[in-house]
Amino acid sequence: MMEIGLNHYLVLSTILFAIGLVGVMRRKNLLLLFFATEILLNAVNVAFAAISHYYGDLTGQMFAFFVIAIAASEVAVGLGLLIVWYKRHGSIDLDALATMKG
Amino acid sequence: MEKYLYIALFAPLVSSLFSALFTATPKKLFTGVIASLLIFSALVSSTILLTYILDGGEPIHVTMMTWMATGNLYIPFGFVVDQISVTMMMVVTLVSTVVHIYSIGYMDHDKGFNRFFSYLSAFVFSMMILIMSDNYAGLFIGWEGVGLCSWLLIGFWFHKESATWAANEAFIMNRIADLGMLIGIFLIYWNTGTLQYEETFAIMPSLDTATLTWIGIFLFIGAMGKSAQFPLHTWLADAMEGPTPVSALIHAATMVTAGVYLVIRSNELYSLIPNVGLFIASLGTFVALFAASMALVNRDMKRIIAYSTLSQLGYMFAAAGLGAYWVALFHLMAHAFFKALLFLGAGNVMHAMHDELDPFKMGGLKKVMKWTWIMMTIASLALAGIFPFAGFFSKDTILEAAFADHHFVIYGVLLFTAGLTAFYSFRLVALIFHGEERYKIFGIHPHEAYRFMLVGMSPLLILAMIAGVFQVPFFNMVEEILAAHEYHIHSHTTVWIMLLGTQIFVGLAILYAYRKYARSGIKVPDGSSAVENSFMYKLLINQYYIPYFYEEYFVKAYREISEVFWTKVDLKVVDATVDGIAGIIYGTGEKTRDMQSGNLSTMLRWMVVGLIVLLSLAVVFGLAARYSDEILAILSGLGV
Amino acid sequence: MFEAIAFYLFAFLTITMFMITVMTSHALYALTALAAGMIFISAFFFILGADFLGAIQIIVYTGAVMALYAFGMMFFDTTRELKEKQGNKYIIAGLSILAAVLVVVIFAVPMVSENIVALYPAIDGVGNTQNVGLVLFTKYLIPFELAAVMLLVAMISGIVLAGKKMDLSITLMNDAEIEEENNKKVLS
Repeated sequence: MMEIGLNHYLVLSTILFAIGLVGVMRRKNLLLLFFATEILLNAVNVAFAAISHYYGDLTGQMFAFFVIAIAASEVAVGLGLLIVWYKRHGSIDLDALATMKG
Repeated sequence: MEKYLYIALFAPLVSSLFSALFTATPKKLFTGVIASLLIFSALVSSTILLTYILDGGEPIHVTMMTWMATGNLYIPFGFVVDQISVTMMMVVTLVSTVVHIYSIGYMDHDKGFNRFFSYLSAFVFSMMILIMSDNYAGLFIGWEGVGLCSWLLIGFWFHKESATWAANEAFIMNRIADLGMLIGIFLIYWNTGTLQYEETFAIMPSLDTATLTWIGIFLFIGAMGKSAQFPLHTWLADAMEGPTPVSALIHAATMVTAGVYLVIRSNELYSLIPNVGLFIASLGTFVALFAASMALVNRDMKRIIAYSTLSQLGYMFAAAGLGAYWVALFHLMAHAFFKALLFLGAGNVMHAMHDELDPFKMGGLKKVMKWTWIMMTIASLALAGIFPFAGFFSKDTILEAAFADHHFVIYGVLLFTAGLTAFYSFRLVALIFHGEERYKIFGIHPHEAYRFMLVGMSPLLILAMIAGVFQVPFFNMVEEILAAHEYHIHSHTTVWIMLLGTQIFVGLAILYAYRKYARSGIKVPDGSSAVENSFMYKLLINQYYIPYFYEEYFVKAYREISEVFWTKVDLKVVDATVDGIAGIIYGTGEKTRDMQSGNLSTMLRWMVVGLIVLLSLAVVFGLAARYSDEILAILSGLGV
Repeated sequence: MFEAIAFYLFAFLTITMFMITVMTSHALYALTALAAGMIFISAFFFILGADFLGAIQIIVYTGAVMALYAFGMMFFDTTRELKEKQGNKYIIAGLSILAAVLVVVIFAVPMVSENIVALYPAIDGVGNTQNVGLVLFTKYLIPFELAAVMLLVAMISGIVLAGKKMDLSITLMNDAEIEEENNKKVLS
């Protein structure tokens, strides 16, 4: 228990990922859905960093780095789209978003 | 000569199919006429074949085609005309022709006129297959065919609940007996490897007695159903629900004699197992007495005649069981004539009395229906066995056979039954035709039947009178193939005493019947007289409570079981499974329809589900790859 | 020892914060909890010796991304309480627990981890930032450039999507035309 090994970090990452999944499935407000997506990405980052540390390889950190970059740009574009949608439809509730039905 | 065989066999089929074209249309007279003509042509062919065989011709064999040739089993559609079958052919075609002509008049006002002729001719065809076939399988086809046609004909007026019930009873009882017969046929095939008569009978002497006994018993069970022996006899009386020509054809002359034919045809088998033969004879005797007793008090005209048929069938089986096969066949022939005549006469009476069946409500009809009276009286005399009519020659020979073989109990019972037969036959005749005209109370105006119907019935009348003449030529003809059972009664005196004694006994019975029932002052019994409330009367008129017993203990129990099977097994298990499968598919469709709803949240959930599926696959394949050696070891241990 | 205490402490905090994010019905609490969670994640990076990554996490995630979300919240007026029609709680919980278990199984059962070799091993003696720089600009150069292009594209798209009256160029119009535009808006 005292000795923190790779498995501890991986389990932690899995728990955080599961929490993210709960959020993704549960949230009906689009903005809060994005929050949950952020949680998912962060959980993965933790995993990458942990593996990188325990194997002495820097590839993990590189991947985490790029994930952060992508997450940032994703937020930018996503919020932009959300703004356009909001101007059109007046709400960002997920259940009203069903134009792709069928 | 073969062409006559084909004509005799297929003319009824053509007639049936032709009439079947018109079943949906109203009555067309020509269907009846053409049907009668075709059956008449079959009669002519049968007569030609009969003269051919009588002149000493060789039996004719034809094989039309192979029905089954699988493995060691070879069953062809083969037909044979030998002495036994040509006799049966004559009887069947003659009675059928008369009945067809009669039906043109009897079913005059019926909506199902065309349908009737179709069924009737189909029945004749099935019967011809039965008697002309040269193997047990063909016999069985004919057997089932007559069963089916009798169901169709008994339930001809299918709107009547009682008629359909009677038809079902007949068919089901026959079916139960057919199981026995099938087992017999299987045993024959299993032990002899063939179902052809000639080959089977050649092999049979080499089989052991136990097997032969079982075969004989099982075949006889089939005969019991078809010929309505005890305990499968209740259907015959109920079968009177059908039109009277049907009763005349099927239940007097042809179908019920199929059982006797089976025993006669298998005579080489039964000769080897005389114990079974004795059992058959005893059962036949018992049935003869049993049926005669029930006919003594019955108040339904057709039922009395039906019980009379049952009784005479008992005589035939008694003869066959004792080994006197040719006597049984001869009695079958004679019986067909006078019983059919009786039924047709009864049909005339029924028509005249507007379907009234209780003879107590008739009386004095001889003034109005002279010819019918003459015919029925002569037929009854023949039935009772009075010299010189047909019944005397056949019945007395049976009695002699019983006496000569020292079966005195059988002889005594059959003699007593002959007296009963005379009594109830003339009870019927006296009640209907003699005495005062009780029908006037009920406001019925009877009239004689159509002239052509009477003319049609006349061949039967003539044959009922003179058929005794044929006994000697008949014997000469069949002795080639049926064991000739000569009867040597030790002294001539005994023979004469027996003959005269029988005649006197029967004559006394007839006179007693006339005295009791032909006088004036007979009231219609209404349940209040002392005779009616006596135990014997109740026992007899309720047919010894046997139908009641069957209904309570067999039919009801079986219905309960069927109901349990229906609700518990069929509905709950089978239907539930099928519905369950459909329900699962339907439900899955409903649930997965959400996938296309356009709702992002739902799609995200499905995405997670997909993720889980992929992860599971990864786990499974990873484990398999990791532990592949151990898995192979386990699988090879299991023998895969 | 310290590492264990730090790990468990931050793990507990992170999990709590993220649970609040996904479970609460107040949008503001969710945002705040998310920001806090990000900070604690960066703590993990520091524990693991990925200094550069931890700093980047704080600056980019907690700074920029959270600021964007805060602006977004103000824009969409989600400060009020949300009313959300909930789906089936049990399915959600069940699915995520199942996913978690499966992932743990994959990691715990040593199927994958036996064949890992270090492709780009760290060089001892230099700090983490130098190491990152060494790897980033040599082995991962092309992804780096592509990420730069991607960020540029994201920026442009953000402006295009959210901007108003993008067809007019205010810097190239003179004052009179700007007045006219404003009046037009007042009159109509």
